[in-house]
Amino acid sequence: MTDLSHIRNFSIIAHIDHGKSTLADRLIQRCGAVAERDMKEQLLDSMDIERERGITIKAQTVRLTYKAKDGKTYQLNLLDTPGHVDFAYEVSRSLAACEGSLLVVDASQGVEAQTLANVYQAIEAHHEIVPVLNKIDLPAADPERVRQQIEDVIGIDASDAVPCSAKAGLGIDEVLEAIVTKLPPPTGDQGGLNKALLVDSWYDTYLGVVILVRIKDGVIKKGAKIKFMSNNATYSVDRIGYFTPKMVDTQDLKPGELGFIIANIKSVADCKVGDTITDDVKPAAEPLPGFKPSIPVVFCGLFPTDASQFELLRESLAKLRLNDSSFHYQTESSAALGFGFRCGFLGLLHMEIVQERLEREFDLDLITTAPSVVYRITTQKGEMIEMHNPADMPEPNLITKIEEPWVKATILVPDEFLGTVLKLCNDRRGEQADLTYVGSRAMAVYHIPLNEIVFDFYDRLKSISSGYASFDYELEGYRDADLVKVSIMVNAEVVDALSFMCHRSQAESRGRQICERLKELIPRHLFKIPVQAAIGGKVIARETISAMRKDVLAKCYGGDITRKRKLLDKQKEGKKRMRQFGSVDIPQSAFIAALRMPEN
Amino acid sequence: MTIITAAADPRDEGFGLYVHWPFCVSKCPYCDFNSHVVERIEQSSWHDAYLRELSYFAAQTPDRVITSIFFGGGTPSLMDPKTTHAVIEAARKHWVADANIEITLEANPGTVDADRFAAFRTAGVNRLSMGVQSLNDNDLRFLGRKHSVEEARRAWRAAAKIFPRVSFDLIYARPNQDLSAWKTELREALREVGDNSISHLSLYQLTMEDGTAMAADYARKAFTLPGEDSAGDMFDATQEMCAAAGFPAYEISNHAAPGQECRHNMIYWRGGDYVGIGPGAHGRLTLNDGAVATRQIKAPALWLKRVAAEGHGTQEQEALSDTARGEELLMMGLRLSEGVHASRFQRLTGKTIDSMVNVAVCARLIEQGFLQQQNGRWIATPSGRLALNEVLRQMLAT
Repeated sequence: MTDLSHIRNFSIIAHIDHGKSTLADRLIQRCGAVAERDMKEQLLDSMDIERERGITIKAQTVRLTYKAKDGKTYQLNLLDTPGHVDFAYEVSRSLAACEGSLLVVDASQGVEAQTLANVYQAIEAHHEIVPVLNKIDLPAADPERVRQQIEDVIGIDASDAVPCSAKAGLGIDEVLEAIVTKLPPPTGDQGGLNKALLVDSWYDTYLGVVILVRIKDGVIKKGAKIKFMSNNATYSVDRIGYFTPKMVDTQDLKPGELGFIIANIKSVADCKVGDTITDDVKPAAEPLPGFKPSIPVVFCGLFPTDASQFELLRESLAKLRLNDSSFHYQTESSAALGFGFRCGFLGLLHMEIVQERLEREFDLDLITTAPSVVYRITTQKGEMIEMHNPADMPEPNLITKIEEPWVKATILVPDEFLGTVLKLCNDRRGEQADLTYVGSRAMAVYHIPLNEIVFDFYDRLKSISSGYASFDYELEGYRDADLVKVSIMVNAEVVDALSFMCHRSQAESRGRQICERLKELIPRHLFKIPVQAAIGGKVIARETISAMRKDVLAKCYGGDITRKRKLLDKQKEGKKRMRQFGSVDIPQSAFIAALRMPEN
Repeated sequence: MTIITAAADPRDEGFGLYVHWPFCVSKCPYCDFNSHVVERIEQSSWHDAYLRELSYFAAQTPDRVITSIFFGGGTPSLMDPKTTHAVIEAARKHWVADANIEITLEANPGTVDADRFAAFRTAGVNRLSMGVQSLNDNDLRFLGRKHSVEEARRAWRAAAKIFPRVSFDLIYARPNQDLSAWKTELREALREVGDNSISHLSLYQLTMEDGTAMAADYARKAFTLPGEDSAGDMFDATQEMCAAAGFPAYEISNHAAPGQECRHNMIYWRGGDYVGIGPGAHGRLTLNDGAVATRQIKAPALWLKRVAAEGHGTQEQEALSDTARGEELLMMGLRLSEGVHASRFQRLTGKTIDSMVNVAVCARLIEQGFLQQQNGRWIATPSGRLALNEVLRQMLAT
């Protein structure tokens, strides 16, 4: 039995590629939790997509046993959290399950925007923070400069920052000692009320729903009846235990401990991150503070390329949602794309990940429409509508007010790229809130409409800064906006999936860009095709795709017949990868490619 | 000499023999045909193998009237004229030879002289098809041709004196070739054709075929080709100039004085039967239990070995469904200015054209001026022929 003073619960905060997973691997290895032969990189990231992108999507935990220099044995619970702002709420809940954080900073790269956002969250969660300067073995490492930067930019004491190299295995013991000596033990009442924080949940094909909990007060025992305070659902605990990272069953989990519960729960959607779990018989009077359901902020349409895959898409979305209750979907029908789903996501990365998982894990071929944000529209009747899809916009004369969401964006960029970055922000209707220097790097804080960044802002930012800029954002609220819906017409028919919302001042140039892009993206047909952009009935841009002149085999004799017949069959297949709209075939890829802004 | 006007005779699509000679002096970078460069050719084994494979197919197609023989390649003018003669004689024995049987040999300028032409003429060849390809020495080098324009001119002038019918090939829409340069070249070609009583011209636009050296160069942007509109303009000019000179197009890339169409190639385009012998040769045969597509082993040495061992070197004999036949018939027949005879289509496939195509789409194509129905024939208009791939895709779209 471990008393509370011998427990340390901590998470690791780091920018992508700064070595979080490698450090976690080293800590696990050093404490002997995993046999040498089972070691593989990114132990805690179990999804393929996490390993490939080097990111963490789902929270994971591992219990380590560490014999410290003071001769005592400690239980260290490492909670690996998603690092990305899209999962900010999950991050905040994970942080609430720990008392301290390791702030890992690459000693050659320095502090990045994402690090900032996460470390401020940790500070808000009253964490004790131990800075760790990683990659000190790199020739470009400058630990002193980065130490200073941590103090200047983040404003925490970095004099005791632990230098290490997770990759080379240097300084790992010092990191473990710092965890024991610098981070506080958890507090909690063993005999008190049963209160546990639901940190994460996922669907396991063999076990069903598994939930990750942090016990605050009391003890949860195997066989106990538990209740979720947000929805009063009750379950009986079938299995309880912790991860090493293998699952180890125990009889109970005590205050301060992190572990899993399996309780015959049907759906992950019932397990809301941040919920409070209590004893069904002797429930707690008050839930733990801070529970809120996550809200999608970015929407897009997902349509099967092959209309016959609609049902498969529906099933796949349902299965995926078992494991990720933070995205939402509902059926949508588009004149251009047929039946599909309007899906809501926590952010852009989340959207990309869900799309990728659908294509990868369920072998679906999808058409994605341009991402859109949630607009608030007040009608003449005084109703306020939340609009997720430009296709749903009421007639302009019925609208009294449109509001759009704004974000506060923080960008860190080397001085030499600052000019182009500021121009990008200004072009995207950004308002500068702050501009400070940290050494040779500038930190720009902007207020920007979310709709200006949902599509390609991050790509552009990376491109104009040669990959050096880092970026993070948080939602700020809604502001009135002079927005219009721009419709795109191909061969005189509106293609609803290409409609988009934009600021009136940009409508003409965006409309023209899209018409120009479509001219390149839509192959020539046997007839001329006009491509137009319009606001209401007023055409604001026009391009024409010339008629096809020549598409014929110069030679076709006896030996060619079979081969060319098969080629013809293949071309007929190629046709299927196009969407027919009136008499015009539009390639699927055009729906998203058309909206990509040209480099200039 | 009387020649049946092939285009005027829709009743019979004819029956032909194709003989593939797989060797060349050198490989042209644009060519994706089955051709090989070897140090030495054992002429006698080829002689024997052709005769053996010919009798294998002849046994399956008794009582046919053979209307054409075509020696293609490769460079069949490298073949021993004795072999050519033996194959022609054997074909005449196996089948009934049409009185106007057309016997074509492909030749490259530079591999032949007047004596050799005479030997092929004596062997029975009555039509020579010459791969001139360009009237510009620089472009001949780009195309990997080993002959000069001057050598080609001497060759076709000699051939025109020896063979009753001569055709020559040109490749256009070449890199850096613009409309006026092509018109100048074509004008010169048409003058030579007229001066030498040459009756047939094959004018192909340069095409990048997968797997060729030229396609690889093109992919890494070593050169550019005229764009779609410019190539279209060159095609249109070709149609006009040839028609004005008395050589209207009877197929997308083929022009002839009336009655001088290549009868053998007409078999392909009209959906007739042909036996294909030699490495990689294809055939289409109507046997008792239906239509088949035959394909011979491609590698020359392997084909020789197989023929010696088994009497034939068939790689694959595939039954053709009526639908496949119908698709082939439309694909090939719409290349012709005469189009596809609805009655022939029905006779060969047992289906009507209407039952194979998307009728509503065809009505639209007719309205848009890409397709015509006339005197029981389906015809692609000149603009329809130039975009035939797309027209076919649409016609056959389900």
